[in-house]
Amino acid sequence: MLTVEGLFSAYGRIEVLHDVSLEVAAGEIVALVGSNGAGKTTLMRTLSGVQPIRGGRITFEGATINAVPAHLRVSLGISQSPEGRQVFGPLSVEDNLRLGAYRRRDGGAQASLARIYDLFPVLREKRHLAAMGLSGGQQQMLAIGRALMAAPKLLLLDEPSLGLAPVLIDQIIDAIVTLKGEGMTILLVEQNASTALAIADRGYVLETGRIAFQGTGAFLLGHPKVREAYLGA
Amino acid sequence: MAEVMAEFLQLAFSGLTVGAVYALVALGFTLIYNASDVINFAQGDFVMIGGMGTVFLTAAGIALPLAALIAIIGTVIVGLLLHRFAIQPARGASPVALIMITIGASIFIKGVAQVVFDKQFHSLPAFSGDTPIAIGGATILPQSLWVVGGALVLVVALYMFLEHTLLGKAVLATAANRLAARLVGINVTIVLALAFGVSAAIGAVAGVLVTPITLTRYDLGTLFALKGFAAAMVGGMGNPMGAVVGGLLIGLMEAFGAGYISSTYKDAVAFIAILVVLFFMPRGLFGGRSVERV
Repeated sequence: MLTVEGLFSAYGRIEVLHDVSLEVAAGEIVALVGSNGAGKTTLMRTLSGVQPIRGGRITFEGATINAVPAHLRVSLGISQSPEGRQVFGPLSVEDNLRLGAYRRRDGGAQASLARIYDLFPVLREKRHLAAMGLSGGQQQMLAIGRALMAAPKLLLLDEPSLGLAPVLIDQIIDAIVTLKGEGMTILLVEQNASTALAIADRGYVLETGRIAFQGTGAFLLGHPKVREAYLGA
Repeated sequence: MAEVMAEFLQLAFSGLTVGAVYALVALGFTLIYNASDVINFAQGDFVMIGGMGTVFLTAAGIALPLAALIAIIGTVIVGLLLHRFAIQPARGASPVALIMITIGASIFIKGVAQVVFDKQFHSLPAFSGDTPIAIGGATILPQSLWVVGGALVLVVALYMFLEHTLLGKAVLATAANRLAARLVGINVTIVLALAFGVSAAIGAVAGVLVTPITLTRYDLGTLFALKGFAAAMVGGMGNPMGAVVGGLLIGLMEAFGAGYISSTYKDAVAFIAILVVLFFMPRGLFGGRSVERV
């Protein structure tokens, strides 16, 4: 579904991604793990088109999308829940979700809204509250829900567990597994490597802007170098 | 006693009339500031273009309503051009640089207006005649009712647009978090252009409504921009409700200051208000978004 070949990206003169290649097939959860500053978020932003690329190629469903602007990538079916949640603070929870369906023209927003409220019941309870009044975990649910409102083919989740209490992390992980069960394709970025690799079909380890290791989730979980560097074992 | 009351009412009417115009200018500031963090000092020039455009089109024999409509559309086009050719190319520049760009644009617009129009004061006939309406010993001009009523309609329309349409929410979303707005598929460039277009329309309507009372000239925009800016600051920059209340407050303070103290210092009132607010309530009466110190 998504193919990234030889991707380079930079902030000004500082190159952040060097020759990154990866692939996500339909129906897979692919985990992208690595330490802080490895370039994970930059990669996610280039996929959504909000960070320019220096070189390489991004292919989505067989078409090169390098030149497709961010708002049209959402129309193509790529939707992201960004790092740090980035909810629309002053707007209500429900408005945040409805804006997630901004580019949808299939009239399915209402049905998606009901489904997201079923997935995260606390959002239904607080739907009239300003998003900035939510707890961190609730904001994370909102950010994921907002991304789902676009009815994406590929869901990009950037650090969905960052800063959350363990009980909330379990809730988010359960939701991700539920989504995969429904056939959603997911690219999951996590610093929390063990959790991510445990639910992933395949994974990539990003080290200072390069892919260092790749393989199935189980393979990476068992790989001595990965264990040593990212799993604290 | 009755005379004192009548004088008070008279000053209040005149204060509310100019205040309504300041409120509209402040609303234009607010809309653009929210969407783009730009304080657009060409906002007052939109008022001038709306008024002058209508004057010259009616002079050319076009009926007033149509002339006003064409002038408003023309102002919207100026607003969109301002965004496209002055603001958008400077995307990512610091707020101070962007403010300087709008000041430059304002000077440019005045220069062009001198050539396209002229350097004279102009007026329009009042829409519903000049017979004053007596209320409680004071009188109010029918045109004042047009100004206040028109401002009210615009404020309500803007509120409905922002709060009850998806496109309006997209403007608010862009203001709240531009990265997230792009990630949900909002075309931020279009939203910013929309903010400039709508602000220009609001300014132009204010210009059309107020010209029969205040007259207009190519350089009138500066004063409106400063007063409207004061109103937006007093209310809290970025807060639409604050803009409206701030505008009315500045208008009233000016009128009462001129009536009870001295009309010599009328224009100083707005600036004294800014100073007082910045000293004691730096975020304005309604606590707008935090303003970066420059």
